[in-house]
Amino acid sequence: MSWMAWTLPTALFFSAIGLALLILTVFELRSPTRLAKGFLPMQTTRGDRFFISLLSAAFIHLLWLGTLGGALWGASLLAVLWAVLLMRWG
Amino acid sequence: MSSFRPQNNRAWLGVLPVVLIVAFSAVIPLMTVVNYSVQDILDFNTRFFVGLQWYEQTLNDPRFIEAFLRQVAFSLTILTIQIPLGIWVAKGIPQNSRMTPLILVVLAMPLLIPWNVVGTIWQIFARPDIGLLGVTINALGITYNYTSDPLHAWITLVMMDVWHWTSLVALLAFAGLTSIPQPFYQAAELDGANRWQMFRYVELPRLRGVLIIAVLLRLMDSFMIYTEPFVLTGGGPGNATTLLSQHLATMAVGQFDLGPAAAFSVIYFLFILLFCWLFYSSVVARNED
Amino acid sequence: MKTNMSRWILCGYLVYLLLPLYWLVSMALRSNAEIAGEFSVLPASPTWLNFAEIFSNPVWYEAFANSLTYVGLNTLLSLSVAIPAAYVFSRYRFLGDKQLFFWLLTNRMAPPAVFLLPFFQLYSAIGLFDTPLAIALAHCLFTVPLAVWILEGFFSGVPTELDEMARLDGHSFLYFFFRVFLPINRGALGVTLFFCFMFSWVELLLARTLSGAATKPIAVVMTRTVSASGMDWGVLAAAGVLTVVPGILVVWFVRKDLVKGFALGRVS
Repeated sequence: MSWMAWTLPTALFFSAIGLALLILTVFELRSPTRLAKGFLPMQTTRGDRFFISLLSAAFIHLLWLGTLGGALWGASLLAVLWAVLLMRWG
Repeated sequence: MSSFRPQNNRAWLGVLPVVLIVAFSAVIPLMTVVNYSVQDILDFNTRFFVGLQWYEQTLNDPRFIEAFLRQVAFSLTILTIQIPLGIWVAKGIPQNSRMTPLILVVLAMPLLIPWNVVGTIWQIFARPDIGLLGVTINALGITYNYTSDPLHAWITLVMMDVWHWTSLVALLAFAGLTSIPQPFYQAAELDGANRWQMFRYVELPRLRGVLIIAVLLRLMDSFMIYTEPFVLTGGGPGNATTLLSQHLATMAVGQFDLGPAAAFSVIYFLFILLFCWLFYSSVVARNED
Repeated sequence: MKTNMSRWILCGYLVYLLLPLYWLVSMALRSNAEIAGEFSVLPASPTWLNFAEIFSNPVWYEAFANSLTYVGLNTLLSLSVAIPAAYVFSRYRFLGDKQLFFWLLTNRMAPPAVFLLPFFQLYSAIGLFDTPLAIALAHCLFTVPLAVWILEGFFSGVPTELDEMARLDGHSFLYFFFRVFLPINRGALGVTLFFCFMFSWVELLLARTLSGAATKPIAVVMTRTVSASGMDWGVLAAAGVLTVVPGILVVWFVRKDLVKGFALGRVS
């Protein structure tokens, strides 16, 4: 396993994603979502909106890193805000 | 996937083998790439956590930005040629003739040739000393040498890709065209539609689905093109035809820069993920209409 | 409808397609002396020597055998896991089915270069480096999603009444699946086999990275010849011609289902 070169931050990162998937699965079994139309151009489920949030978070961070550089908390804040917006009204 | 299928979670048993095999060859490597991308790895026992330093470096690396811009330019160029040309070629294929299967097989031929052989074919074809194309152009009095002139290298690369992949667009568009019922054309003819209007209002709407597939397949496959330019130009002259995959392969295998190459990979993969998602939502949206 | 203009475009395009291919074949039939000598459109004295070189030199024919081994293995693996998956995707809804399908698709689209680094480490770590199985498994990353995608499209087109009827007739599921369902979808299986075969056959980057001395594929041997100082264009062209042959044979057999397969089964 040493060739996989695990570090604590990446391990936490993947655990967080795994946990999120688990929570979404349990949530889905308890109360299945229906396709809903929000401000996005197509109908989405809860899982879709979660995926869009993650992907946009990645791009927000990249954009921040590529243009402003330095500390990333601004990007993270922006990503979280956008994710909340998406999950609720997307 | 049609929408009136019964719910059955035991169906997971059927997809389990696929999930296992793809997880083995996708999830483990992807996690490894992410791990590498945040560390400075001298060897696997001597490594340091560096945070997002490689990402910042990659995003500000002129060689990455140039390779990225070249990649975008390449993909846009081949899309603007291949999509219209493919549709046009498809419109020329007779629909119910004895020639049809033969034409389809000939069209499919470039798609079946190993990618490195595609490079070899064009190398042999375009070389100014032994190639039919190279010799002919030079005989016409135009100096042409794709191994030393960046512009010529680009033109040759684009010609090769058009040769290699336009057939895919043509075959997809042909599949779409054959599904248009004849009465549609007759109705349009009665309304006095000219040929452009016929295309615009009868054929194009019906081709929308296959064209989305064609555009996105071509976009994504051209975005990961490696072998053909590697064989044809080796990324040169200079770096003139070094596209993203080529740059990455040089970093990963040639220089063995694990950290920066991994950060590059992750950024590359995120772009693919974005395209892929756009593709999937538009295809699924179409199927559920 | 008058399509004279398009007909001309088609003819022109076919000529454009065939010219480089003609040149490949014509080079394969020339001796190196003739290639280096005066330029001519037709080979002056056609020779089979380049092909003879390939069939008599173990470096070349073993490379062909190596390629065919991992391509065959890959096709077998991909089909055997993709068939059940495609069947359940086409017949049932289940938790996360769309997400799973999307995830498979992302692997089809992922650039092989991205997986280059970890693949080398992964297969070295489990002792598979330089075996045909390593390359076959690595290619599964792209062929399995493709196979599932194509087969699902074809399977969805088979009415579910068929499954019902077999059940009412008292046949077991396995009997139905292997004796009724798969034979009906022969065409689909052919097309899928063809796509898996071709993808694995045309790929260079991963095959090159994961192969050592024992499994060197034909594509690698060809690029080695290119980079060697003395350009053996004739033999290279002959090898190129030989790599095109399997594809043409396969496409001729599946030509009827080809267009549907290219549309990945998704065209009505």
